Amino acid sequence: MTMRTIIPYLLLISLVSAFFSGCREEEVVMPAEYETIPDPADPDTRIQGMYILNEGNMGSNKCTIDYYDFLTGIYARNFYSERNPDVIKELGDVGNDIAVYGSKLYAVINCSHKVEVMDARSGRRIGQVDIPNCRYISFHEGNAYVSSYVGPVLVDPEAPKGAVYRVDTLSLAITGRVSVGYQPEEMAISENKLYVANSGGYRPPLYDNTISVIDLDDFKQVRQITAEINMHRICLDNQGKLWVTSRGDRQTHPSCLLVLSDEHEKGTMELTDKLPVPCSNIALHGDRLYYLSSELSDYTGTTTVSYGVIDTRTKEVISTNFITDGTDREIKMPYGLAIHPETGDIYLTDAKNYVSSGTLYCFSPDGKKKWSIRTGDIPASICFLPKLPTPLKVK
Amino acid sequence: MNKTIRRVLLTLTMIYSISGLAATPAKENADTTLALSEIIVTAQRPQTEVIPAQKLSGEELQRLNSNSVADALRYFSGVQVKDYGGVGGIKTVNIRSMGTNHTGVVYDGIELGNAQNGQIDLGQFSLDNIEAISMYNGQKSDILQPARDFGSAGTIYLRTKTPEFAPRESYHARATMRFGSFDLINPSALLELRLSSHVNASLSAEWVNSSGKYKFRYRRVNPAGEIAYDTTAVRQNGDINATRIECNLNGNLQNGEWHFKAYNYNSERGVPGAIVNNVWRRGERIWDNNSFTQGSYTGTFGNFTTLNNVKYSFYRTHYVNNDDKQIKVDNLYKQREIYFSTANELMLKRWWRVSVSYDFLWNTLNADMYDFARPDRFTNMVSAATAVSFNRFKAQASILGTFIHDKLRGKQAPDDKHVFTPAVYLNFQPARTRDFQLRAFYKRSFRMPTFNDLYYADMGNSKLNPERVTQYNFGVVYSHTSRGFLSEGRISADAYYNRVSDKIVAYPKGQQFRWTMLNLGLVDIRGVDVSGLITLNPARELYLTLRGQYTFQRAIDVTNPADNYYRDQIPYIPRHSGSAVVNATWRQWNLNYSFIYVGSRYNQQENIRYNYTQPWYTSDISVSRDFTINRVNLRALLEVNNLLSQDYDVILNYPMPKRNWRVTLMVNI
Repeated sequence: MTMRTIIPYLLLISLVSAFFSGCREEEVVMPAEYETIPDPADPDTRIQGMYILNEGNMGSNKCTIDYYDFLTGIYARNFYSERNPDVIKELGDVGNDIAVYGSKLYAVINCSHKVEVMDARSGRRIGQVDIPNCRYISFHEGNAYVSSYVGPVLVDPEAPKGAVYRVDTLSLAITGRVSVGYQPEEMAISENKLYVANSGGYRPPLYDNTISVIDLDDFKQVRQITAEINMHRICLDNQGKLWVTSRGDRQTHPSCLLVLSDEHEKGTMELTDKLPVPCSNIALHGDRLYYLSSELSDYTGTTTVSYGVIDTRTKEVISTNFITDGTDREIKMPYGLAIHPETGDIYLTDAKNYVSSGTLYCFSPDGKKKWSIRTGDIPASICFLPKLPTPLKVK
Repeated sequence: MNKTIRRVLLTLTMIYSISGLAATPAKENADTTLALSEIIVTAQRPQTEVIPAQKLSGEELQRLNSNSVADALRYFSGVQVKDYGGVGGIKTVNIRSMGTNHTGVVYDGIELGNAQNGQIDLGQFSLDNIEAISMYNGQKSDILQPARDFGSAGTIYLRTKTPEFAPRESYHARATMRFGSFDLINPSALLELRLSSHVNASLSAEWVNSSGKYKFRYRRVNPAGEIAYDTTAVRQNGDINATRIECNLNGNLQNGEWHFKAYNYNSERGVPGAIVNNVWRRGERIWDNNSFTQGSYTGTFGNFTTLNNVKYSFYRTHYVNNDDKQIKVDNLYKQREIYFSTANELMLKRWWRVSVSYDFLWNTLNADMYDFARPDRFTNMVSAATAVSFNRFKAQASILGTFIHDKLRGKQAPDDKHVFTPAVYLNFQPARTRDFQLRAFYKRSFRMPTFNDLYYADMGNSKLNPERVTQYNFGVVYSHTSRGFLSEGRISADAYYNRVSDKIVAYPKGQQFRWTMLNLGLVDIRGVDVSGLITLNPARELYLTLRGQYTFQRAIDVTNPADNYYRDQIPYIPRHSGSAVVNATWRQWNLNYSFIYVGSRYNQQENIRYNYTQPWYTSDISVSRDFTINRVNLRALLEVNNLLSQDYDVILNYPMPKRNWRVTLMVNI
């Protein structure tokens, strides 16, 4: 054969071999990945472990849950599919909040418009509650309260107000719905009242600037407290004060931290302080409020990050860097924050560029890194799993 | 009849039997044959281009089971098509991993623009009146072209049919009816008129209507091989209703020619969106109304040739999100573009030509959004080029200067940008035979940040710099034509190295609006494109054409060693991809089989198991038969796509159709 007759055959052979070296295989359920973290816990701890909800970028359907067991030291990455292989299209798109209540684990999956309910010990699915555009979850006396960006269309069909849905935690049925402000975010419960931070984040420049107060007996909005625009986080400290973050508008209203309290003991919360502390996330531990702040400068393209602590009694910033060993230089995009209720260990997540695996860091209360581990995409919300009470031994 | 004539006639049948150029396939008309052979020579041995294009044209293009230009581009090496599925789904192309925004698309001589997002949706361009698609790596290596054509990192040229009349012919008419899966109804018509001996006109119109509904399937097994879930659903909200009207006037002058075109595309589409857990339908809709008019004049006066273009375009896009689970969105965008170009070439010696081009481009975008910057962009481009052509050596060098000035309403505009980009193209024929040729090019190019990158609400970053690309390419071509069993053979191989720097990427920022755009990214691309073509004549009246193409690409992110995706393959670029086409023609029958393979990819930057996307490969088949009744030519064509009904995603969570079919009936008068 001459060269010119060989060439086409060589081409064909190379093409065919290339094709068959890379054939499709059956799509297998995504397995969990297990690692061990050498950080032995106190055997008498009341906390069994922690769940980390990874948001996953919008449209990717890559919301995952990781579990870290303090007693065994096992870190299980992305366990949901392995425990629930028959759930079509897995956990869902963009997880926003996770919480344990009673024996159940609740994951609020924003873009899948549902709250996924699992057994808190096994991670097996119990059911789901369909709530459109759901954001955060809180619990009170057997009910779950879920904030949602879209409530019933009442006034302006072009800009529907948000709502809070009430879900019975036994039957998982929606038992009520109340209209609140625009694009409500986190909620906190005090004195049988639900406080809802409204953002209006989809309506610039007409941000919402109210906190809705809902009486939980008749599930009605009883008041709206005017505070600051574009509010997001809200939590109740151990003196009964509410701490609320405002994202601001990055122009005339910088991000700040608000305090509401019932100073005059009239039974109503009022705005008492506006602290010039920009924060994206907060976590309470005793009298200490840990906060994260990360703001990107439009012009230099660099992010200014601070990791601070406020004494909730004095409302003074007592530290501007709770990481003391320089690990903060490794962190690209601080995102999730939680404090171990017993040990005071600080759990901080790095969401990096939002489209790759994040990192979970554990710092000792004095700010030294204990360990770090790879998570799913955009590790965001963290909750703790209490240990089951040891059954009484019957003689 | 001797073999040569038969081959010419066959090729003639292949290329023009339905285009109306030849009244009957076997008509032996000296003029037509002459015109035809001229075209073939141009296509295969370009006189002016240093490195020829990859090209699909005429009959070959019609038989490729393609709905749109994007589908046809899958048969080119080095090209990755992003396809969101369905008739109305967005389809964009990425040449040699450099990014969609680096790809220029030229429609009948003038580049299509989209200053808003820099991407041309090639799903909008039907193949109905496209005569040829050519793809050039770097630029078309011809020096008589608008300055803008020297600018892209890769360029696709779409050419519509130009009427050509035999003596005594005064008109051609063609009517086509297509229908098929997804409730597709797609009638189209083409009318060509000879208005005078020097002026002709064509009018082309098309309507596409489809529900966009198709079945797709997701299936998972557990490690033991038992089915975990297996679900089939129907794609919703992928409907399209679109019309295209195009009017052309072409004239010949004593020293040149002129063309005028008016174009309108009007569509309403559903945006099917990602399929994620608990979400099987969405409520986004887009109305596009895109119009442009363009004119060109070419004149040759002795050693001097001038090519002048003007264009005005108006794109109106209306986007609505009606999903009752999401926040309502209703935005109207209006884009305008005015373009003027003059390209002038002087032949100094028979072997030496020089050219100078100047282009002016004005773009503006308006939107009814809060705090919208309403940008205006003024772009001036000047190019200088020279080409030398000897018997066995051809070379071309060009330099393009681009000067950009943006103006914003009520805001400080970023500084003016000016960028100079050179290119060098070489072609060398080492032996006396023309069969074997070596080629090489070096090119630098850039893309301007788009209006969205710079000014989009809270996300844009007006401090962005242009994203730059440097390309090096070396290739060999071997081609041979002979009589006998193997009538034509051609193989080419190119190896290339590209580097994308200052890549514009979305980057998170604190607080609520989580993305911004930054010049942060460095991509290192090494690749090999191989393509081959063989035409066989195993028996009388039986012709077999085999076409194959293979691409290897290693495109890795080398931005920052601290990233956990450092040196990982960039998203949606397979290491291996390729296609093969077998075409058999026997008398009035034609059978076409095509196979496309796209290897495994990662759908995000990190090359980990959770981001792995399986390879996909589809087989498409078509059969056609030509008839002649009296003087009317008819064709019936049946196509079956995804013959083996593979369930695949090109883009994660955007499922592609299972097996689907289409029937075409075409009448030529």
